[in-house]
Amino acid sequence: MTGLEFEKPVRDLQEKIAELKNFTTSSDVDLSDEIDKLEQRLKKLEDDIYNSMTPWDRVQMARHPNRPTTLDYIPYLFEGFFELHGDRSYGDDAAIVAGVAKYHGQPVTVIGHQRGRDTKENIQRTFGMPHPEGYRKALRLMKQAEKFNRPIICLIDTKGAYPGKAAEERGQSEAIARNIFEMAGLTVPIICIVIGEGGSGGALALGVGDRLFMLENSTYSVISPEGAAALLWKDASLAKRAAETMKITAPDLRALGIVDEIVPEVRGGAHRNAEQQAALIDQVLLPAVQELKSKTHEELVDQRYEKYKRIGGYAEQEAGLKE
Amino acid sequence: MAIKNMFTKQKPKKIKYATIPSEAAKQDVPEGIMQKCPKCKKIMYTRELQKNHHVCFGCGYHYPMKASERIQFLLDEGSFRELDATLSTANPLGFPDYEEKIASDRKKTGLNEAIVTGVGNIDGFPAVVAIMDSSFRMGSMGSVVGEKITRAVEEAIRLQMPFIIFTASGGARMQEGVLSLMQMAKTGAAFKRLSDRGGLIISIMTHPTTGGVSASFASLGDFNFAEPAALIGFAGRRIIEQTIREKLPDDFQTAEFLLNCGQLDAVLHRNEMKEKLSFLLDIHQTGGVER
Repeated sequence: MTGLEFEKPVRDLQEKIAELKNFTTSSDVDLSDEIDKLEQRLKKLEDDIYNSMTPWDRVQMARHPNRPTTLDYIPYLFEGFFELHGDRSYGDDAAIVAGVAKYHGQPVTVIGHQRGRDTKENIQRTFGMPHPEGYRKALRLMKQAEKFNRPIICLIDTKGAYPGKAAEERGQSEAIARNIFEMAGLTVPIICIVIGEGGSGGALALGVGDRLFMLENSTYSVISPEGAAALLWKDASLAKRAAETMKITAPDLRALGIVDEIVPEVRGGAHRNAEQQAALIDQVLLPAVQELKSKTHEELVDQRYEKYKRIGGYAEQEAGLKE
Repeated sequence: MAIKNMFTKQKPKKIKYATIPSEAAKQDVPEGIMQKCPKCKKIMYTRELQKNHHVCFGCGYHYPMKASERIQFLLDEGSFRELDATLSTANPLGFPDYEEKIASDRKKTGLNEAIVTGVGNIDGFPAVVAIMDSSFRMGSMGSVVGEKITRAVEEAIRLQMPFIIFTASGGARMQEGVLSLMQMAKTGAAFKRLSDRGGLIISIMTHPTTGGVSASFASLGDFNFAEPAALIGFAGRRIIEQTIREKLPDDFQTAEFLLNCGQLDAVLHRNEMKEKLSFLLDIHQTGGVER
């Protein structure tokens, strides 16, 4: 299993325990007391490390190569997922998967960014960075969901929209803008969950909804920490500092009031157990679907508008007091 | 003094210094009186250039325009009433040095933020207008820009007026992080609200309109126009070149390039701008069809 830098003390201790256990079985010396003590220490160490993760640690976790993707969660969360393809204008973008399914018996439309799980798949799915046709496929299926009054569930996991020549020619900006615009007006519940990286406009194009949830170790940002560091301080190696300053982690965004709820992760990160992680998502998702289903079309659209209208930090002088 | 010595030197000759113009001075004609076109190098009187709406007489290069100049050239004299002039930038993330940068741009530009919004008339047709100014923090969109646009759109809904926006922006404002990103959603949602109520929206993209601004309200007009040669795009040229490992054509992401790609309704020269906008306002007075 690929370990992360900040987890090294845990790994070291685990190795030591394994060594001792090995030694106990192959010799007559009884070290079980020692092992017990070390295992207790391990538990405490894990608590210490996973409860005090820095923003940069979370960035590493969000980018973990084994982190579960949209297609990893779908079979655990939904029944009978039926993938549907194509934007009906240009093509089918494998960086976004979308389809219909049942969620606790309720018909839903599920849409998510899809990274590859190995190099070959990553190339086919352009590393989960969509082209305009991906966003347009998503929008087509959202409109379909609206027609048949199905809630929409979006799983967000992208570094951003694909930065390419063809993408620009086919209107990357317009495709993202159109999704934001249309999602604001859809008359069915929309629930968005950031499961990995939420990168900029490419994430937001699946991210305008009634509820925004984030997995504990996911990130959501206007630009990658590396990009921000290069832009602001002309030095991409200051990414760690940027990750802290930019407020991109789930706890930071919860504090800013942008995220409605944090989905806890299994100890050590979602990649340790996708099935358990899906169950944790389910615990947050189900009440939200049930609550939103009871709202009228007008309530949904109006409350969604108010939700976004509130976001922002600015000052306003009293009229007449302007210096 | 003898008369014959009258014209000979008595005092040491005044030393004359030859002034060799620096490279910078060679490039720049003093800004006060004359200006040199950065494209075709034509030298023009600043005053003449102003009368021509800052369009080069030689090559038609469109200089960046201040928000105040655009208001003056576009709106009927005395008709402009500014909205939300008292909204100002906070530092919501506590980002280092942000307040200082805002303060220095305020001083430099005389603007409160990167956008001016208000109500005014174009050839007698009333409209709510929003005009971005790239001289303030590259026209980047933070909370104030997002809020001012949203409020202006709400005013257009309230007054049942068309909404016209001139964009000029490098994208989202980094120092406000995800709050900037969310302004894309906020403004997009406001546009949707106006659109659903039958409101006319016209977007004119000026140089530059990129990133989060091109990927939100700038692309959401019923009519999307651009000024000639304006740079418009989502991702930056360098990052695209690095990603696809190929050199991009020189005209990539220009207004004309996008027009060819089918991404714009038209490229409008500044000198025909008012006339075209006024025509569109005219034909939409009754929502197109008498009802």
